[in-house]
Amino acid sequence: MAGSAQPAAIGETVLKVADLCVTFRTPAGPIEVPRGVSFTVRRGETLALVGESGSGKSVTSLAVMRLTPKPPRCHVRGQVLLRDDAGGTRDLLSLSDEQMRRVRGNDISMIFQEPMTSLNPVHTVGAQIAEAIHFHRNVGPRAARERALALLELVGISEPRKRLDSYPHHLSGGMRQRVMIAMALACDPKVLIADEPTTALDVTVQAQILALLKELQQRTGMGIIFITHNLGVVAEIADRVMVMYAGRIVEQADVGPLFARPMMPYTAGLLRSVPRVDLAGAGRPVLETIGGNVPDPLRMPPGCAFHPRCRHHRPGRCDTAVPALEDAGGDHLLRCARWREIAEAAS
Amino acid sequence: MPVDRIDELGGRPEPEQTLHVNRNRALRRFLRHRLAILGTVTIAVLVIACAIGPYITPFDHLFIDIRSRFQPPVSGAHVFGTDEMGRDLLSRLMMAGRVSLTIGFAAMMLSTIFGTLVGAVAGYYGRKTGAVLMRFVDAVLCFPNIFLLLTLAAFIQPSLMTITIIIAATSWMEVARVVEGQLRSLRERDFAVAAEMIGAPNSHIMFKELLPNAVAPIVVAATLTVARAILMESYISFLGYGIQPPEPSWGNMLNNAQQYLNSAPWLAIFPGLMITLAVTSFNFLGDGLRDALDPRLEV
Repeated sequence: MAGSAQPAAIGETVLKVADLCVTFRTPAGPIEVPRGVSFTVRRGETLALVGESGSGKSVTSLAVMRLTPKPPRCHVRGQVLLRDDAGGTRDLLSLSDEQMRRVRGNDISMIFQEPMTSLNPVHTVGAQIAEAIHFHRNVGPRAARERALALLELVGISEPRKRLDSYPHHLSGGMRQRVMIAMALACDPKVLIADEPTTALDVTVQAQILALLKELQQRTGMGIIFITHNLGVVAEIADRVMVMYAGRIVEQADVGPLFARPMMPYTAGLLRSVPRVDLAGAGRPVLETIGGNVPDPLRMPPGCAFHPRCRHHRPGRCDTAVPALEDAGGDHLLRCARWREIAEAAS
Repeated sequence: MPVDRIDELGGRPEPEQTLHVNRNRALRRFLRHRLAILGTVTIAVLVIACAIGPYITPFDHLFIDIRSRFQPPVSGAHVFGTDEMGRDLLSRLMMAGRVSLTIGFAAMMLSTIFGTLVGAVAGYYGRKTGAVLMRFVDAVLCFPNIFLLLTLAAFIQPSLMTITIIIAATSWMEVARVVEGQLRSLRERDFAVAAEMIGAPNSHIMFKELLPNAVAPIVVAATLTVARAILMESYISFLGYGIQPPEPSWGNMLNNAQQYLNSAPWLAIFPGLMITLAVTSFNFLGDGLRDALDPRLEV
């Protein structure tokens, strides 16, 4: 697959998230994940959100969709600015529940990891896609069905007319994920959040789905937020990458520079821990790991959250204050107190 | 076989624990359940007999014939014998069956609808709304049913309608609990979140996405409710608060028969038999449906 060899025309900003904080109230104390996350998604751009489990990538996407638990269990602060058709922006966090319902599936959609369970087993595929249209468009049942048919064709399902009346259990995992994508795209959203959409699929189907998403993006110009922990997938689909660790963005850059020269030790560690078939048996261990575990969100280490696992950490520098997100040039943001020294030592 | 090839062919169906997928298998399991079949057949016979029987028999269920009092069964023109006023017992049993079955079905419908609504709202919204509703259900469950029924029946003019409502009012809680549990777990399923994600309104998710997935336990609970409603109607009619004579009901016929237990035992045996037959049949049917629709018995 060619990947992003020829990137789609990237246009104006459609989604801007500023200083997003989500606080969960737990019996053991408040947990804040994510803690002040800011990013933008532009038209036709794919932003990959990478991080270990518990780094806050899924919560970030749920907060954008306003689907986190309701207060008092969970509080969301910050801004989620979505560009509307008139060219203005509105803050999704300040909308009423009903207004937000109109945004979901219409302006922003989401697809999930588990295509096997994301479709309702008691309704036909066609009915489920038609519903997605009904919620936002004032169309008759016949028009909705026609649109559902067109969508099934769009997502590359063979014999779409026959498939309209299939039940989810008639379909394989890859087909179901295609149906999910059709549902998500039913109303031409400006932003699609894909939460590990290929993790549960076979590798060959994975590649097909990635290619499909890329193709659909080129046709519709939607921005995609792609959540994954598979760096191979990131290299294939993303334009820009945002690495999260313990609720904060630790590095954000265009995909090329980030893979060529990761500057934050955590990102570098992540890239080293990707299995590399070509190096196997060449005197190097097949797989490197990052020692230690993700910190307990209730007991965050002081200073840089990564310092207990970082091979470059210096007492007194890394464990005192949280490093700021700095621009290393060329829109390459990173959060590390010692990045200059590390970069010098490397070169 | 490459995976995308399977994709092209339409994929292999995965086993899933849903009503729809298992429809055929559920039917087969149900047909293997002998008692359930027996119950279904008995119910069908009872319903047909009560529905058309009164038009066929030559005797009116209210016609008094003093000359032929206490005729034992199979002795003359009256197959099931006659009662203390010479009324044909078979006609009375069939008319009473209409009352009992009507109350059974109507109370089941009412309590199932109400219980499903309460349970669905409680299970879907959860938290405070759910807690309040379910504590209310628990509170109603704590009432001793029969005494509540009798107290209510003493205040309200008994008629088919009021008795149905009273019985429904004391039997909707089980359905509510079943539905609440179902919806609370279904709500967390991916397809519920997915529906929310495409902007489905709450009412849509609740009634169109989640409830159809909970049909099986609702059907089972409803069937068992019919049996209980028939039994309850008999209780209150037996105690004299239900259907008023001369209109027959299995319960008040039994009450009436008490005095003649020695001289004319068939007056008690037949209505008692009808109640037992109807109630056990519905219970067998309910058990059969439960076994047939329970996905845990898949293995």
